[in-house]
Amino acid sequence: MIFRLALASLGARAVTVAMTVLAIALSTALFLGVEKVRTGAKESFAGTIAGTDLIVGARTGAVQLLLYSVFRIGNPTNNITWESFQDIAARDDVAWAVPITLGDSHRQFRVMGTTPEFFERYRFRRDGRITLEEGTLNEDLFDAVIGADVARTLDYGVDTPLIIAHGIGSFSEHDNLPFRVSGVLARTGTPVDRTIIISLRGWEAIHVDWRNGAPIPGQSTPADRLRKMALPSAEITAALVGMESRLRIFQAQRDINTYREEPLLAILPGVALTELWGIVGLAERALLAVAGMVVVTALIGMMATLFASLAARRREMAIYRAMGAGPRTILLMLMLEAVVMALAGAALGLALLYAGLFALRPALDAAFGLWLPVGLPGAREWAMLGGVVLAGAIVSALPAVRAYRISLADGMQVRS
Amino acid sequence: MESALRVSGVRHSWPGGFTLDVPHLSLEAGESVLLLGRSGSGKSTLLSLICGTLTPAAGEVRVAGTDLTGLRPAARDRLRADRIGVIFQQFNLLPFGTVRDNITLPLRFSAQRRARSAPDEAEALCRGLDLPAGVLDMQAAHLSVGQQQRVAVARALIGAPGLVVADEPTSALDEGSQTAFLDLMFAQLARTRAALLMVSHDARLGARFDRTLRLEELTRPATLPA
Repeated sequence: MIFRLALASLGARAVTVAMTVLAIALSTALFLGVEKVRTGAKESFAGTIAGTDLIVGARTGAVQLLLYSVFRIGNPTNNITWESFQDIAARDDVAWAVPITLGDSHRQFRVMGTTPEFFERYRFRRDGRITLEEGTLNEDLFDAVIGADVARTLDYGVDTPLIIAHGIGSFSEHDNLPFRVSGVLARTGTPVDRTIIISLRGWEAIHVDWRNGAPIPGQSTPADRLRKMALPSAEITAALVGMESRLRIFQAQRDINTYREEPLLAILPGVALTELWGIVGLAERALLAVAGMVVVTALIGMMATLFASLAARRREMAIYRAMGAGPRTILLMLMLEAVVMALAGAALGLALLYAGLFALRPALDAAFGLWLPVGLPGAREWAMLGGVVLAGAIVSALPAVRAYRISLADGMQVRS
Repeated sequence: MESALRVSGVRHSWPGGFTLDVPHLSLEAGESVLLLGRSGSGKSTLLSLICGTLTPAAGEVRVAGTDLTGLRPAARDRLRADRIGVIFQQFNLLPFGTVRDNITLPLRFSAQRRARSAPDEAEALCRGLDLPAGVLDMQAAHLSVGQQQRVAVARALIGAPGLVVADEPTSALDEGSQTAFLDLMFAQLARTRAALLMVSHDARLGARFDRTLRLEELTRPATLPA
């Protein structure tokens, strides 16, 4: 009954209480939301590349190699020779090796040359495979497959012609050899969405008439003749490597890193991703801390309203005291009130979070390739919600102690 | 049978040097006493001393034979819950609770009164105090002042405490309502045989009580600071 009366007392102050609960709810939703986005982003990030045991490139930093080979950020410092790639691919413990070559672009998107095996081997989010939304994979030498972001941003579809620019942000274009979009890939939430993929031979074809980064004056091989040429690759940018056995990864990595013919670097994508996240993760932790501060602010707001309510409730406290309630009961009732408000706020915040998740999930996925799983709250979420309620109880201790003092001094009388 | 209340040699000092000094005051079971005093004469303080929310500097306050002054605060609160019904001048009720919530509130704090109270005692008290049927489930804030004071009487009497302490319960009522209120209160007091100590400044009420005391006669002359 005391509990019911405490609720009724809250009900009598409905407007103030509702505002307080709403503030706690919004801050809790923000707190949980940041955590959700944080873990979602981390998982999305960690799942950018899967199934690949080693990434091999020219000798550089591990994070840099990961950035340009997987995230298409920055530029490769150097290429590796086709012979080195062949040596690696021919190792007994290597199951498969997919060459990729980078450096050209179309509008703001990177162009990547690779073999058809790339579509089979590249995995994201554990076992996600690249699938076609429409069209076909590269069949002709001048076919290009585009990622979902490329298609949407440039409004390209199957059969759209596209001219590849030499280098990134340069003015020289391979305009004598236009490509055609043969297929659009389904969204993956990885940098593949922002990539234009052509065949390795196609890559070589547009560079036949180029030397040292510039077109050879007066030389222009027609497309039909190029289609009949062998077009071997001399250099590639990096290679994705799968091992026969995971146990061999470190041995292969060591061998590649000490390769005599050429300075190479082999990295474990998972390790490099973790290393990269360690850099990016600082911001994300700062964001969570800020969201936590917002919760604390809302709870301090609750404390303020509790303090403000005390003066108006001395009569109520005097009645309880006259009925035989001890000052400790008054203290507990105040804290109970705060816990009820914090609980209501936390519950409403959780509801807001899920409503927001359902509403914003498709938009987040479309805009950032960030897919947030909607599941029952995990141990971490419960701990955070519990933390909000506990913090509410702790914060309410101050006004509760004040109420204790007032009720002890007032007794059954109300002195004003 | 032991006295419902026995106050002896009680002294209380306010900051500033004013002193309340009550050498003797006692109420037998079922007795009704009107205590007259001007406002500011220390009536409310005396009631707080009797109820144990205030501890005297010296002396004894025995409620149903137990000396309050020797008890720890929690035990004093329990004794008040078990043995004393309190009626204030006004604003007796929790406005957000129902009338039933308000009447049964003392039972929440006292197992003894819970045990003594019949399941339908709240209904019986309401009937006896001439409160309309269905009032129990109304919100206390919706009642008239006169009805609220009668609900306060029901609350003071539920679970049959031996002593009822009332602080000018009629001062907010007009003269006609005062008489009706006192009639109903005395009828219910007679039923539970509770002693009543009522303080007031209105000497005309004296005829209804077994005894009338003046606080000025009861107390020693206040020792004012020089």
